[in-house]
Amino acid sequence: MLEARELEATRGGATLFSGLAFTLRPGALLRVSGANGSGKTSLLRVLCGLAQPSAGQVRWNGESIGALGEEYRRQLAYVGHANALKDELTVAENLEAICALAGLDTTPASVRAAIGQFGLGGRELLPVKLLSQGQRRRAALARLALSEAAPLWILDEPFAALDADAVDRVQSAAGAHLARGGMIVLTTHQEARIEARSATDINLDR
Amino acid sequence: MLAALRTVIRRDLLLALRNKSDAANTLLFFVIVASLFPLGVGPEPALLRGIAPGVVWVAALLASMLALARLFAADYADGTLEQLALAPQPLAALVAAKILAHWLVSGLPLVLIAPLLGLQFDLSGTALLTLMVSLLIGTPVLSLLGAIGAALTLGLRASGVLVPLIVLPLTVPVLVFGAGAVEAAAAGLGAEAQLSLLAAFLLVSAALSPWAAAAAIRIALE
Repeated sequence: MLEARELEATRGGATLFSGLAFTLRPGALLRVSGANGSGKTSLLRVLCGLAQPSAGQVRWNGESIGALGEEYRRQLAYVGHANALKDELTVAENLEAICALAGLDTTPASVRAAIGQFGLGGRELLPVKLLSQGQRRRAALARLALSEAAPLWILDEPFAALDADAVDRVQSAAGAHLARGGMIVLTTHQEARIEARSATDINLDR
Repeated sequence: MLAALRTVIRRDLLLALRNKSDAANTLLFFVIVASLFPLGVGPEPALLRGIAPGVVWVAALLASMLALARLFAADYADGTLEQLALAPQPLAALVAAKILAHWLVSGLPLVLIAPLLGLQFDLSGTALLTLMVSLLIGTPVLSLLGAIGAALTLGLRASGVLVPLIVLPLTVPVLVFGAGAVEAAAAGLGAEAQLSLLAAFLLVSAALSPWAAAAAIRIALE
């Protein structure tokens, strides 16, 4: 269970949001929307623990994420704005490295299946530099297929640069994750059709 | 934890293997700088023998500065550093693994090629051996100290110039005792004292600098 209490974030002296509170229970989806610069990415980085809120607290199962440290990070799969892919490595090598770092077990077969699930089948051994922008995003998101063990997914603009087919694939992976009791926080500009038992929307413009 | 460290080292070595020109540039820079001195100061053997330890060590110092800008910058730009910071391992340990991989690619080749450069300066056999040993102990210190500078300058525009400005003053003791060891050996004296001090620098910097670099990275990411 992820809880935010009276969160406030500032950037360059301006307050992005304040008094933000929500509770995310297993199987629940949180959609964060808002205009460019409204603080969506800042909120996600605070929830990950990459950035410190200027006020308030993020709690995981009742304990502050700062105190939990590594234990919290083990529960987390974060796909940020940047794809964290290395141009010179192949899609499969990138995916294996990212998963090994996150403490997720993979086999060559599971990696191949994950790449196939995101529509990059047959391109496993291609260096990432030969992929298009959308294909890179697919490759970065393919780690979600291997992140079943991480209950909390935090996705920053997962649908950016994706075509309709890829959006469907991400949505079905997200739906499956929620169905098995996972939690997802994501930012998006478009309508996300993800099947969720409970979904909350936060609009940072207000 | 060991699996994650292995992953970091393997990935960085693989990247170096796919991008061979980066490591080759450092090595070539080292060879060229050290080779310019005999051309500049003239072929007087006694003079060359006298300046050899300092010249080779300074060249190694400058060459390792050249490689430092690459240590974290690419990972910072492509988001890999965020993933390292979010991994369920201490960031300092992952940073230490990155420094080790960086040294294997940019420091170890300097150690291996140094005897050839020493020959240009007419160094004796024991002096050559001491040169290698002093570089073997000293270049990891340069990578460790350099990592702090590289982490502190993440996201800054002039980081290429700033890193040497921050790191070079810190490396003075390494230079003094590294070159001093070779001078002592060339003079027929024992170099154990200087090498022991270098080893002490290595232990202290290995224990402290990954933590400092990790702290600087967390600040840069925020």
